[in-house]
Amino acid sequence: MGLLFDIFINPFVEMASGLDFLLQVLWEGFVSGTLYALIALGFVLIFKASGVFNFAQGIMVVFAALTLVGLHALGIPAFLALILAVAIMALLAVTVERVVLRHLVNQPDIILFMVTIGLTYFLIGFGELVFGGDPKSMITEELGLPTGSTVFDVFDGIVILQHLDVAAAVISAIMVAGLAVFFNKTRIGRALRAVADDHQAALSVGISLNQIWAIVWFAAGIVALTTGIMWGAKSDVSFALQIVALKALPVLILGGFTSIPGAIVGGLIIGMGEKLFEVYWGGLLGGGVEGWFAYVIALIFLLFRPQGLFGEKIIERV
Amino acid sequence: MLYREAGQFKTSYQADQAAFPIFQDQLAVWAILAVAFIGVPLVGNDFFLNSIMIPFLIFALASVGLNILTGYAGQLSLGTGAFMGVGAYACYKLTTIFPDVNIVIMIVASGFFSAGIGMIFGLPSLRIKGFYLVVTTLAAQFFLEWCFIRIAWLYNYNPSGAIEVPQREAFGVILTGASATPVTRYLLVLSIVVVMTWIAFNIIRGRIGRSWMMIRDMDIAAELMGVKPLNAKLSAFAVSSFYCGVAGAMMVFFWLGAAEVESFDVNHSFLILFMVILGGLGSIKGAFMGAAFIWILPILIRAAPGWIGIEVQAATVEHLNFMLIGGLIIFFLIIEPHGLARLWSIGKQKLRVWPFPY
Amino acid sequence: MLKKLAIGAAALAMLGAAQVSTAQAEDTIFIPSLTYRTGPFSGGGTPFANGFADYMNMLNARDGGIGGAKIVLEECETAYNAQKGVECYEATKGKGALVYNPLSTGITLQLIPKAPVDEIPVLSMGYGLSAAAVGEKFPWTFTYPTSYWSQMTSILKYIDDNGGLSGKKIGFIYLDLGYGREPIPLLEQLAPQMGFELAMFPVAGKEMQNQSSHWLNVRKENPDWMIMWGWGAMNPTAIKEAAKIRFPLDRFIGNWWSGAHADLNPVGEAGKGYLAANFSGIGTDFPALQDVIKHVIEPGNTQTDPGDVGNVLYNRGLFNAVIVAEAVRAAQAATGKVAVTGADMRVGLETFNLSEERLAELGLAGFTAPIQGSCADHEGQGSIFIQQWNGSDWERVSDLITPMTDVVGPMLQAAADQYVSDKPDWQTQTCG
Repeated sequence: MGLLFDIFINPFVEMASGLDFLLQVLWEGFVSGTLYALIALGFVLIFKASGVFNFAQGIMVVFAALTLVGLHALGIPAFLALILAVAIMALLAVTVERVVLRHLVNQPDIILFMVTIGLTYFLIGFGELVFGGDPKSMITEELGLPTGSTVFDVFDGIVILQHLDVAAAVISAIMVAGLAVFFNKTRIGRALRAVADDHQAALSVGISLNQIWAIVWFAAGIVALTTGIMWGAKSDVSFALQIVALKALPVLILGGFTSIPGAIVGGLIIGMGEKLFEVYWGGLLGGGVEGWFAYVIALIFLLFRPQGLFGEKIIERV
Repeated sequence: MLYREAGQFKTSYQADQAAFPIFQDQLAVWAILAVAFIGVPLVGNDFFLNSIMIPFLIFALASVGLNILTGYAGQLSLGTGAFMGVGAYACYKLTTIFPDVNIVIMIVASGFFSAGIGMIFGLPSLRIKGFYLVVTTLAAQFFLEWCFIRIAWLYNYNPSGAIEVPQREAFGVILTGASATPVTRYLLVLSIVVVMTWIAFNIIRGRIGRSWMMIRDMDIAAELMGVKPLNAKLSAFAVSSFYCGVAGAMMVFFWLGAAEVESFDVNHSFLILFMVILGGLGSIKGAFMGAAFIWILPILIRAAPGWIGIEVQAATVEHLNFMLIGGLIIFFLIIEPHGLARLWSIGKQKLRVWPFPY
Repeated sequence: MLKKLAIGAAALAMLGAAQVSTAQAEDTIFIPSLTYRTGPFSGGGTPFANGFADYMNMLNARDGGIGGAKIVLEECETAYNAQKGVECYEATKGKGALVYNPLSTGITLQLIPKAPVDEIPVLSMGYGLSAAAVGEKFPWTFTYPTSYWSQMTSILKYIDDNGGLSGKKIGFIYLDLGYGREPIPLLEQLAPQMGFELAMFPVAGKEMQNQSSHWLNVRKENPDWMIMWGWGAMNPTAIKEAAKIRFPLDRFIGNWWSGAHADLNPVGEAGKGYLAANFSGIGTDFPALQDVIKHVIEPGNTQTDPGDVGNVLYNRGLFNAVIVAEAVRAAQAATGKVAVTGADMRVGLETFNLSEERLAELGLAGFTAPIQGSCADHEGQGSIFIQQWNGSDWERVSDLITPMTDVVGPMLQAAADQYVSDKPDWQTQTCG
C-alpha cells in the first residue's frame, strides 16, 4: 500500500507542490533531449541514405570536438579553427567513402555495422595518438557562445536558465530546419531521398551513390561537430563523451531509424521522460536509473509499434 | 595432394553423417586436442597459460554462444557481456551458499540462470527485428549492469561491490583461487570448452539447429513450414545465454579471480561480437579463430616492439593497437565479409587440388 | 605528434642504453609501473605515471639508483581496465618485480589474492580495498598513506570544524563502481553517531558527462554540504553542474581523486571555491622536485610536459615513487642485500619510516604527513589536508587532519575478517 502510494501519488504531490522545480526539471529534460536528438540525427542521416547503422557517430562527436579544440590550441583563431574542423570532417567523410564503403556495397547490414565499429576503434586510437587522452575544455567563449545564466522568479521559486543551454536549443532548431530545407528543396536533397527510397532505381536515373554517401557522411560530421561543441561546453571534451552517444540509440528506436522528425520527438520524449523519472521515481529504486530507463521506454513503444513512432511500416513478404 | 578425400567411401548412413567425415579432418582434430591437452601444459609458462590460453578459450566459448544466437538463429545481440555477468554472479552466489558442492557443477548450473534471463530478454525478439532488436539487447545489457551494482545481495554485501573467488577444491586439488596452478585451471577450462563445443556442434547439426537456421534465413517462410518462431527464437536465446553464462562464470573463477561490474560491460559485448563476425557468422571453427585473432593479436602487437629491439612508449603502442585493430577489422570485412572461417575453407579447397589446380 | 615521437625515440635510445648497462651491472631493481595513459581516465593517469617515472629516473641520474642498484622501470599500459591489468601483471611478474602499484581499484582487487602466492607485495596508494590496511590479515597489501575510510572521516572532521556537522544534511555524489561505493558503509555508520543526515547520488559510469538529473536531485534534497568520490570526466562535469544550480562551491568537497589540475582546468574560474582533499604537496617548491627538474625534465629524459610538474597528480605519482624507493631502502637495510626480492620488499614496506626528518632529508619537508609502517598497520597513519581552487590553481587551506582511527579501526578489522572468512587457506600473520 505504502509502495503504491509512493509510486502513484507521492511524485505527483511533489510535482504540484514545487512547480518551479518541476519547470526546471522539464527544462533540463528539454535541453538533454535536444542534444540526444542531435546525436540521433547523425545516425538517421546516414541510415536513411545508405542503410548503414553508423556506430562511429559517437566517436565522430569526440573527434570533431577534439579537432576543433586541438586546432585552436595550436594558435589558430576560433573561427578559422571551426572552418578547418569542418574541412577535416569533410575529408573524413570522403575517406570513409573511398576506403571503406565503396568496397562494401551490397553487403549485409551487420557487416556494415561491424565496419563502423572498426572505424570507431580506429578513430579512438588515432584521436588519442594525435591529441592525447586528457580532457580539454571547449573554447566556448572564443566561439562566441554565451556563458552566463538568467534566473526567473516563478511560482514562488526560481528557474535557472543557462544561456548556453538556450543557445544549444536554438542552434539545434536551426540545424534541423536547415537539414529539412536541404532535404526538401535542393537537388542534392532530392537525390538523397531517392537513394534512401531505392538504391538501384536511384542509380538508374543517374544519381552517383558514391557522391551521395560522401555528402551524408559529411552532413553527419557537421552534426557531430555541433553536438561536440554543445556537449563539450556542458562538461568537457574527452573520450568518455562517446559513451553519451549510446543514449541516442533508444531515441532512434522511439523515433524510427529513418525519420528526422522522429529523432527530434524521440529525443525530447526520452530527455524529459528520463529526467522526470529519475528525479521523482528514481529514489524508489536507489537512484541511477537513467542508464537504462530510456531503453525501457523505447522497448515499451516497440512492443506496440515495432517500426518506431515515425518509422516506415514494415511489410514482409515470403 | 595431402588433403584429398578420394578413395574414402562411406558404407553406412552413420558414417556419412559423421561430424568429421574426412579422415584428414579427424586426424587434425585429434592432433589439436592432443596438443591442447598434453603439449600446451608441458611447454606453456604462466604467462602463456594465464594471459593467452585461458582467456582465449573462455572467449571462444562465449563466441560459440553468441554465434548460436547471431550466426545460426540470426538474432543480433549486444547483451553478451551482461549474460556472462549473470553466469558469474550466479556461480558466485551458488558456491557461497553451497560451499561443498564441486565448483565445476556450479559453473555448469550457473549457465541455467543465465539461460533463464536470456529467455526473458529474448521475448521482444518475437516482435522486433534487426537493429531494433540490437537496442533491446542493449537494454538488457544496461539493466543487468545496473542490477549487478544495485542489488548488494548478489555480491554478498561486499563493501567494494566486487565478487571475489573463494578457494574451492575437489579430490585434493585446488581448482579456484590464487593458489590454483595455471595448469589446473587451464585443463579445467579446456575440458569444459571442448565438451560444450562438441555439444553445440551436435545441437546445430540436429533438428533444433536446423530450425534456427530456417528462422535466420527467413522467419516467415520458416513459420509457414511449421517451425514455431517462439520455440526456435527462445531456444536460441536460452542456449546462447547458457554458453555465455558458463563462459562468464569461468572468466571470473578460472581467470580473473575477482570481478567488478566493469568486467561485464558493453565493451565485452562488442569484443565478442567482433570475434564472431571476424571468425565468420555461422561457424563454430570461426568462433575459435575469431577469438584467437582478437585476443592474441593485441598481445602480439604489444610485445612486438620489444622483440625487434625498439622501445616505444606503452601508451603509443596502445594507441597504435587500437588503430591497427580497427583497421584490420575493416580490412578483413572488406576482403572477406564471411570471416576467417571462409578464408579457411577457401584455403582447404586450394589444398584439395594442390599441386595440380586443373 | 612529432615531438612525441622524438621523445619516444630519445627515450628508446636511453632505454636501450640502460638495458645494455643493466645486462652488465650486477644489481638492478625491477619495478613495473602499471599506467593508464589511454582510455576514458587517461587525463588522470598520465600525470601520475609521469610523476612516478620522473622520480625514479631522477634517482637513477642523481644517485645511480637506490643503494647502488640501478632502477629498471617498465611501463605497462592498462587503460584502467582490470583484464589488461592482470595481463600486465602476468607479463611482468616473472622479471623479478618488487612491488605492484595497480593504480585502479579493480586491478587491486584482482592482485590482492595473487600477492601472497607470487610473493610480490601490492601497494595501492590511497585506493583499493580499505580493509587491506589491516596488516595481520593482509600481509602483502599496503594502502599508504591512508585509506578511503580514514579520508572520509578526515573530511567529516573538516566539515565539523567549519560550521558543525550535527543536524546537517550531507550529500554524497559518487561514481557508481566499487571505488565510489567504498565509503558508503562508513557514512551509514557515522550518520547516526555524529547526527547528520545522508543523501546519496550515484552517478553511473555511462552518465559521467550527463549529470543534470543528479544535480536536479541535489537541488531537490538541498543538502548543506556535498562530498564527491568522482574520477575522470565526472569531476569537471559535477563542478560545472554544481555551479549551475548555484550550489555554494566552498561547501563542496572532493576526495583526493577529485581534486587535480586536470579536473579543474576545464572548469576554470567557474570552479572557484571548490574544495578537495589531498595528501601530497602542491607545486615545485621542494628540493626533491627541483632535482627532478634538473636531472630529468631539463635534459628532456621524460614524457612530461614541463608545465605539469608540480601538479596535484604529478606530485602524487612522485609521492608513490618516494614510498617505493624508501621501502626499497628499508628492505636493503633490513636484509643487507642490494638487489632485494619481492619478499624483502614486503619487509621493507612494513619497517619503513617516513618521518619528518627523513622527509626533510629527501627534500620533501612539509610535502605530506609522516608515514610509519608496521606489521599491524599497513595504512601508515597518514593524514590529508584540504585544498581550494582559486580559479586558476590549488591552494592549501587547512592543516593536516588526522583521521578518526577509533572509528575506522574496528570497521577495518571487521571488513578484513569478513574478507578472509570464506578463504580457508588465506595467509595471515600475527604481529607481536
